[in-house]
Amino acid sequence: MSAVLAPKPAKAESKLVVCDGNEAAAWAVSLANVDMVAVYPITPQSSLVEYLAKFIADGRLGAEIVDVEGEHSVLSVLQGACLAGARTYTASCGPGLAFMFEPYLRTPGMRLPLVMTIVTRDTLTPQSVWGGHQDAMSVREVGWVQMYCESVQEVLDTTIMAYKIAEHHDVMLPVNICHDGNYLSFGAARCELPDQAEVNAFLGEKDVNWHVALDPQRPMAVDPLTGGAGGPGPSAFVRYRKGQCSGMQNSLKVITDMHEEWGRRFGRSHAPLIESYRMDGADYAIVTIGSMTGAAKDAVDAARARGEKVGLVKVKTYRPFPAEALASALAQVKAFGVVDRSVSFGWNCGPLFQDAITAMQCAPTRIPAMSFIGGLAGADLTVTHFERVIGRTKELARDGRPAATVWLNEKD
Amino acid sequence: MSSTFVDSAADFDVRDYLRMDMMPHFLCPGCGHGIALRALLWAMHELGIAKDQLAVVSGIGCAGRLSAYIDANTFHVTHGRPLAYATGLALARPDLHVVVITGDGDCLAIGGNHLIHACRRNLKLTCLMLNNEIYGMTGGQVSPTTSETMLTSTTPLGNSEPSFDACALAAAAGAGFVGREVTRHVPRLKELIKAGLAHPGFAFVEVLSDCTEIFGRKNDLGSSPEMMLRQKSDIRPSAYRDSVDTPFRANELPTGILAQTNRPEYGAAYRRAAAAQRASAAAQAGSANAKEDS
Ligand SMILES: Cc1ncc(C[n+]2csc(CCOP(=O)(O)OP(=O)(O)O)c2C)c(N)n1
Repeated sequence: MSAVLAPKPAKAESKLVVCDGNEAAAWAVSLANVDMVAVYPITPQSSLVEYLAKFIADGRLGAEIVDVEGEHSVLSVLQGACLAGARTYTASCGPGLAFMFEPYLRTPGMRLPLVMTIVTRDTLTPQSVWGGHQDAMSVREVGWVQMYCESVQEVLDTTIMAYKIAEHHDVMLPVNICHDGNYLSFGAARCELPDQAEVNAFLGEKDVNWHVALDPQRPMAVDPLTGGAGGPGPSAFVRYRKGQCSGMQNSLKVITDMHEEWGRRFGRSHAPLIESYRMDGADYAIVTIGSMTGAAKDAVDAARARGEKVGLVKVKTYRPFPAEALASALAQVKAFGVVDRSVSFGWNCGPLFQDAITAMQCAPTRIPAMSFIGGLAGADLTVTHFERVIGRTKELARDGRPAATVWLNEKD
Repeated sequence: MSSTFVDSAADFDVRDYLRMDMMPHFLCPGCGHGIALRALLWAMHELGIAKDQLAVVSGIGCAGRLSAYIDANTFHVTHGRPLAYATGLALARPDLHVVVITGDGDCLAIGGNHLIHACRRNLKLTCLMLNNEIYGMTGGQVSPTTSETMLTSTTPLGNSEPSFDACALAAAAGAGFVGREVTRHVPRLKELIKAGLAHPGFAFVEVLSDCTEIFGRKNDLGSSPEMMLRQKSDIRPSAYRDSVDTPFRANELPTGILAQTNRPEYGAAYRRAAAAQRASAAAQAGSANAKEDS
């Protein structure tokens, strides 16, 4: 009898598909009943917007789609739509994200609940069209909520949740879902498509009554001049900034709640802020972000099988940074190594590493840590690389002497 | 006899102008961009422009990739901005022939702003826009020159937006020289590019180039020779340039030299004004010194 792989009995109302991360994001946008999509193609995002164009043409998604003349216009068009109360979506990366930086910078301050996927890509120069986190990391301080996904399923689920997080009145901020260019954008996997009615029930009635939504009954001037001398003065500016910061901090709880509710409703859950993997009794740990985590978990499993006391912490929500959650997850280890797919120029290490050591200020004692950089411009981070990371971190746990940043693919 | 045509360029060997170590090139079979590249290099050859005197700036896209194959000073810049980079280069080095190679998306969508201002300024540059009605490099999305109703990967129901007549735009914005040609007519294309290179101001040359692999397939336009023959049968002599009823289908657009003016060239005018300014400042300083001396 030939072996037939019977699919795990899915919940009656969900459908199984095989799709890549770009298609999964498009499915999520369709399920979230988005009103307005503006796009400009760019590798490796292009197929995502092509799926959206197709879903709209097929009548699956009743949204407007505009093929605008560049990314600067993409976000400008969506800001206009969002001000009018539309639920909006776009995706971009790398040079496209760089070109949209001006409106990108203004979106959080206007508290617009836009949702945008960054199909992460390394930045130029040198010229490269391959994956890496440098694009998303370069905009980490702008004020968008940023969540990194590990799997195709997580892309789909997180994209739907993103709307509920962005539009939550305690948050009211734009959200980036980051999924790794090449690995998640084009890597196909089994994916459960939730039922439309279930998603509708999860998202609830669309509440467009956000404070800036243009409403003829409540006319207002959006974003007049503030600060410095004259006008409403510096206090108005400070009030806005502080408000933005509170929205950001509030989102930690909202993100956690949404993930919890998602798990309850759909029977499948993802760690909201960080995921602790085999951290029980771990002497040392590695910290990862994004799709590299799969290979890293395999390496941890193999090391555990050999009796190594190593664990892993994956960061999902990167902005706001889950400092407390990370600090408590790493509190007991003797050393940790952080693997970044981007660099922090000026610090000669990875940005996640910097965030992690800052978060560890809360720890009662200083824990030695090391920065590893790999996966730049599409380079593969394999189990072998993580074995090196584990080995080096183990040494660090023993001698407590961190070395300079390790570049993982330098000699590949 | 296909060799007759090559013989007419007896002393021109395109390989002398290419980085042969970059071969094989990445263009798809049937793509018109290589033909345009050949015409550019042939024009350069006939004008006697030395490779060291040529600076090529190109944007991002299949068209933008061409600069990498040219054995001259080449710069592959950001998407949409080659005209801006070239403006700086041409102002700093007026002795060079600065040529921009750009696609319809690069030049008219994301870089449209730079085009209208380059036309307005009329700085000596040659802009070669390869119009294949599509974003070729990213896999065939709609572009500002995609004809209405055509299928692309982002317009599965057919393009609903009107398209640009890039030459009309360039002429209206003040370009000193505006012309259009199809890749089917290589000698005519070469002559047009020569006229553009020789023009003392901003020259905008649009090349109607076929994207057979993506645009052609998607719209069932036949094989690449068929697409090319269609260019030819639809071609209009430049005498048609005064007709106002040019339909938007790219291959029904008028070809030839469509506008030529002798508006002052910006770089020379700027250098003259700067020299005059320096001379008058020096004269003032001179008379002030003379006063102190007395
Ligand atoms: C800022 C930015 N946005 C998007 C892209 C992705 N991109 C690369 S080439 C291209 C379109 C190229 O089309 P066109 O200019 O018509 O040239 P063709 O490839 O058809 O020759 C796009 C959208 C990019 N590189 N940079």
